[in-house]
Amino acid sequence: MIRYSVEKEYQGMIDAYEMAGGDKRALQTKDVAKLVVHENRVLANDPIKGLKIETKETKSGVSVKLIVEEGAKIPRPVHLCFGLLPKEGLQEIIMKVDAKDNSEVSVIAHCIFPNAVKVIHKMDADINIGANARFDYKETHYHGESGGIEVIPKAKVKVNKGGVWQSTFALSQGMVGKLDYDFEVVCLEKAIAELTVKVYGKGTDDIKIWEKIHLNGAGARGLAKSRVVLGDKARAEVRGETYGNAPYARGHVDCIELVNGTEAVATAIPIVSVTNGKAKVTHEAAIGSIDRKQVETLMARGLDEDRAVDVIVKGILR
Amino acid sequence: MLEVQNLQLTLNGNSIINGLDLHVDRGEIHGILGENGTGKTTIANLIMGTNNYKPTAGKIIFEGQDIAGLSVSQRAQKGITLAWQEPARVEGLTVRDYLALSRHNGQADQLERFLLMVGLEPAQYLDRDIDATLSGGERKRIEMASVLAMRPKLAILDEPDSGIDIVALPLLLNSIMEMNKQGSSVLLITHSERVTEISHRVSILCAGTIIRTGPPAETSLWFKDNCRTCLHINEPVDEPK
Repeated sequence: MIRYSVEKEYQGMIDAYEMAGGDKRALQTKDVAKLVVHENRVLANDPIKGLKIETKETKSGVSVKLIVEEGAKIPRPVHLCFGLLPKEGLQEIIMKVDAKDNSEVSVIAHCIFPNAVKVIHKMDADINIGANARFDYKETHYHGESGGIEVIPKAKVKVNKGGVWQSTFALSQGMVGKLDYDFEVVCLEKAIAELTVKVYGKGTDDIKIWEKIHLNGAGARGLAKSRVVLGDKARAEVRGETYGNAPYARGHVDCIELVNGTEAVATAIPIVSVTNGKAKVTHEAAIGSIDRKQVETLMARGLDEDRAVDVIVKGILR
Repeated sequence: MLEVQNLQLTLNGNSIINGLDLHVDRGEIHGILGENGTGKTTIANLIMGTNNYKPTAGKIIFEGQDIAGLSVSQRAQKGITLAWQEPARVEGLTVRDYLALSRHNGQADQLERFLLMVGLEPAQYLDRDIDATLSGGERKRIEMASVLAMRPKLAILDEPDSGIDIVALPLLLNSIMEMNKQGSSVLLITHSERVTEISHRVSILCAGTIIRTGPPAETSLWFKDNCRTCLHINEPVDEPK
């Protein structure tokens, strides 16, 4: 239900959502679950059978409780839209997710700050994925071109026996500003966690990415994947940590950072640790410039150099 | 169409290409046959302008213009392209996108045809990334498909047969002949006499220079008799061109 008094604000969010690459029809369709939050105001909250969305407005943001009922298979992706249209402000999202046993849901979150000059967006999430439940979470940001934004997404995720958590955090449109991403996942027996982060840093963007996976149950599997492209004077530090603490746990840390230019700085810190002799955790980290042969391959098909680099960057962040 | 005159390349004091002359006619498949280390890939790079290779001396004339000072893109826009011996892999770039950006005024459904021409099933490949999940042979065939899609005036094919299994080789040779029928001249660089059978003319490369040019059967036989057993690789004896 949309509040009449904030109809204009809602339209502004929908427009910005579309600008950020979202499909605004999803926010206008009745049989799609959705939540739209502007600053600390809930503009739309449309749950669906099998999915509850409870919200509480706070002084600086919103508390959200998202519950997927046991055995519920939500047929269409749930759309979350958080944002702040003014140039300045603070938005704090406190998120609690409870995907009960054997449930399945896909959530697409768009975080949009198209005019940000001095904005802080924080998310603290506490997520529980039930036994044999599946939760796909894709979060895409759009920050405008000023870079005046600080984004601090933090999540603690527990994946119970046989559950699956897949998340992708993408920030490749507009400026990043300052990013401090920190996701930590604990996997129990035969649980699966895949964390992916894709960020394109430009200007003086300052990027910190910290992905941690604890494989605590037998047969648990984890992948901490990051793809970062840096230009101008952007800086990035990527920490990917995976701990194999149980028999037959399998984990992998996969980090690629591409530096386009001479002033950007990329750092990768992969940490892999095994405390059980039957666990195995591997890592690969590569930092370097955009491969010249890749660029020339595309140039030899007629693309100019800038376009060739653009195709490669978009590919790696796809 | 392509006239290479007295081309020279010296790197770190070593002469890599040494006064090379080469002429490729419009509509011709011209084989370059050479043993390892004779400069085959270097010629490909010099003509395409890749790998930052610039001639120390000489001219590369394409359709009447010296292209030695042009960028890779400018040469491609003039109608030249290169299929690498070991093609690059690009994460996140699908076969469909790669063929589409290579395509020259073609329709979308033709992408499937180009894959079929190199023996790849479109449904299995169009949406795959051109990344490490492809085998070397698959990647080579996709490279050929992208050249077919581009319909260049001149295709430089650097060892198109390397990494290709014996079953797929006839398909690959057919695709080169099809490329030629589409109107592309082909510079077919290889160390295999079998591959040069589809050429109109063959030149033998030794120590960075062409030492002989002639019909495929005769020239390949000469190569087999003289170069395969040669004890002075990269030290050519005086031979009539």
